[in-house]
Amino acid sequence: MRRRYLAAVPHVIWLSVFVVAPLILVVVYAFTGSGGGFTLENFENMGSYTSVFGRSLWLAFIATIICLLIGYPLSYVLSKEGPGMQRIFIMLIMLPMWINFLLRTYAWMSILENTGLINRLLASLGVFDLINRIFDTNISYIPMINTQGAVVLGMVYNYLPFMVLPIYSVIVKIDSSLIEAAHDLGAGSMTVFRRIIFPLSLPGVLSGITMVFVPAVSTFIISRLLGGGTNILLGDLIEMQFLGNAYNPHLGSAISLLMMIIIMICMFVMNRFGEGEEQAVLM
Amino acid sequence: MSKEIIRLKDCTVAFDDEVILDKINLYFNDKEFLTLLGPSGCGKTTTLRIIGGFIKPTSGDVLFNGVRINDVPPHKRKVNTIFQKYALFPHLDVFENVAFGLRIAKVKEAEIRERVMEMLEIVSLKGFQHRKVASLSGGQQQRVAIARALVNRPKVLLLDEPLGALDMRLRKDMQSELKRIQQAMDITFIYVTHDQEEALAMSDTVVVMDRGKIQQIGTPEKIYNEPKNAFVADFIGESNILDGIMHEDFVVEFFGRKFKCLDSGFTTREAVDVVIRPEDIDIVEPQKGRLSGTVTSVTFKGVHYDVIVDFKGFKWLIQTTQLHHEGQEIGINIAPDRIHIMRKSEYSGMFGDYSSYSAEYDEIAEDYGDETEGSEDET
Repeated sequence: MRRRYLAAVPHVIWLSVFVVAPLILVVVYAFTGSGGGFTLENFENMGSYTSVFGRSLWLAFIATIICLLIGYPLSYVLSKEGPGMQRIFIMLIMLPMWINFLLRTYAWMSILENTGLINRLLASLGVFDLINRIFDTNISYIPMINTQGAVVLGMVYNYLPFMVLPIYSVIVKIDSSLIEAAHDLGAGSMTVFRRIIFPLSLPGVLSGITMVFVPAVSTFIISRLLGGGTNILLGDLIEMQFLGNAYNPHLGSAISLLMMIIIMICMFVMNRFGEGEEQAVLM
Repeated sequence: MSKEIIRLKDCTVAFDDEVILDKINLYFNDKEFLTLLGPSGCGKTTTLRIIGGFIKPTSGDVLFNGVRINDVPPHKRKVNTIFQKYALFPHLDVFENVAFGLRIAKVKEAEIRERVMEMLEIVSLKGFQHRKVASLSGGQQQRVAIARALVNRPKVLLLDEPLGALDMRLRKDMQSELKRIQQAMDITFIYVTHDQEEALAMSDTVVVMDRGKIQQIGTPEKIYNEPKNAFVADFIGESNILDGIMHEDFVVEFFGRKFKCLDSGFTTREAVDVVIRPEDIDIVEPQKGRLSGTVTSVTFKGVHYDVIVDFKGFKWLIQTTQLHHEGQEIGINIAPDRIHIMRKSEYSGMFGDYSSYSAEYDEIAEDYGDETEGSEDET
């Protein structure tokens, strides 16, 4: 072994012990039963969880779209501001990430609860009384926690920075002379955006989508805390197989494996989509 | 032939009280090759950007065919620009880069095809249409930028130091190429450069600028042979600039001696700047010359030698093809038509003494190296 490779040794050891070995274990577990022999039973058993798969992909998809719809305009506007303003805004966007993920999500619980901040605020403003009088109903809160909406909200809130930062960093690097050149060649602002800025920002969009979609599809804390027991996602399902009552690490491994494959397919498609762009999607 | 197409009237540009352009008055004739020449920070790029529409003058008017266009945005002007760093669109291939303006103008596909291919042929890039712009050399990218601008058939092409990033050889080739294209297309070129050689070689008219003001406008010959002040004399080529006194018409005194010259129209005993180009000085035997001095340094320049000669403390630059040695005594003669007289200006005494000759050369080289960054500040 040549000397310069020595520097890589710690990382290689780390990778093989904590990444490669567990991966192999996951594969082995996925294809074995509790008896130890080779079986495809785990994959067959997954059929009863298609709704969980569907829900996970769907909610992650919705959250990604919302992140994109919020994140892109934000990044675009931000990149036009002065450098001081940009620094402040980037810090504000990053700020929630300095707070522990769990705490942030707990905070949302206390905001969204039936007796939470929003409902108490609405109650004290007399909104419910008004509604009850007009529609002859009898409500004392708006159910927000334990809904799919709350799960998506949690995903958007937690993962929005991962959409904003890559898009912003690509847009801000677009050479202003390209925009001037496009104006010079007869393009109005809309055309400049459509023909120059948007195509050039695609690599950022693609990596933003990946960075939001992948963690969103596999989250379990957000759905556990904000989705209640009724909206379990893949992450919850897997967790239950390892730590919960349903203890079945073989099934859990099979689901994990399938999820990895789904994510890899998504990434592959994204990469193909972005082919020919300057930089490939992250990862 | 020389119909006026663009006019700048009292154009001033100021940022936070810093005056970039100071009441510029300038007109551009149709089908002419005009160069804005000056050191970085002189306002030449700003002038170009006013015409392109990227900067609005703080005060003053921009007229296009007599119509005021101050408030017309860049994309509605009949001018196209070639940017310093080409600004080609990296996500489009050569064909689509060139076709960009035509597609926006909604030209029919068949016509786009025809015009783009024709343009690529003019800039000698036939067969490159499907290449990615990043895979092209600097010179080729330059040609794509030219094609992309010219395919729209602008009335005026603005060129912002387009050859700055190319190496020496390529620069020379592109200079004649640009001149050829300008004549073939029969349109106005407004060219910005800090390179006086480039300006002299290509232009019909040269506008020398410094400190946001126009110093002199004229043909290359006129600018070189009859500089208006010490700045122009020094910036365009090499010059020895001496203090002199105009005794009467056609007689000037410097170094305590009277010389015949061809200039007139000064008041009696008016203090003037005298310009003598280094290649216009004849070296003779010490006793045969009107002045005599000592050679202090000799530099081989290829075609000629740069010789620095000390005349009583004032150092002259003389260019000669004959070899002289350091410490040698020589005499010089200057023919009357080689002496050029300028009125005193704010630049008097700042240029034209070669006492710190080598240092000055270094400085020039440095200035040019910094130019690409420096001129961005101008905007």
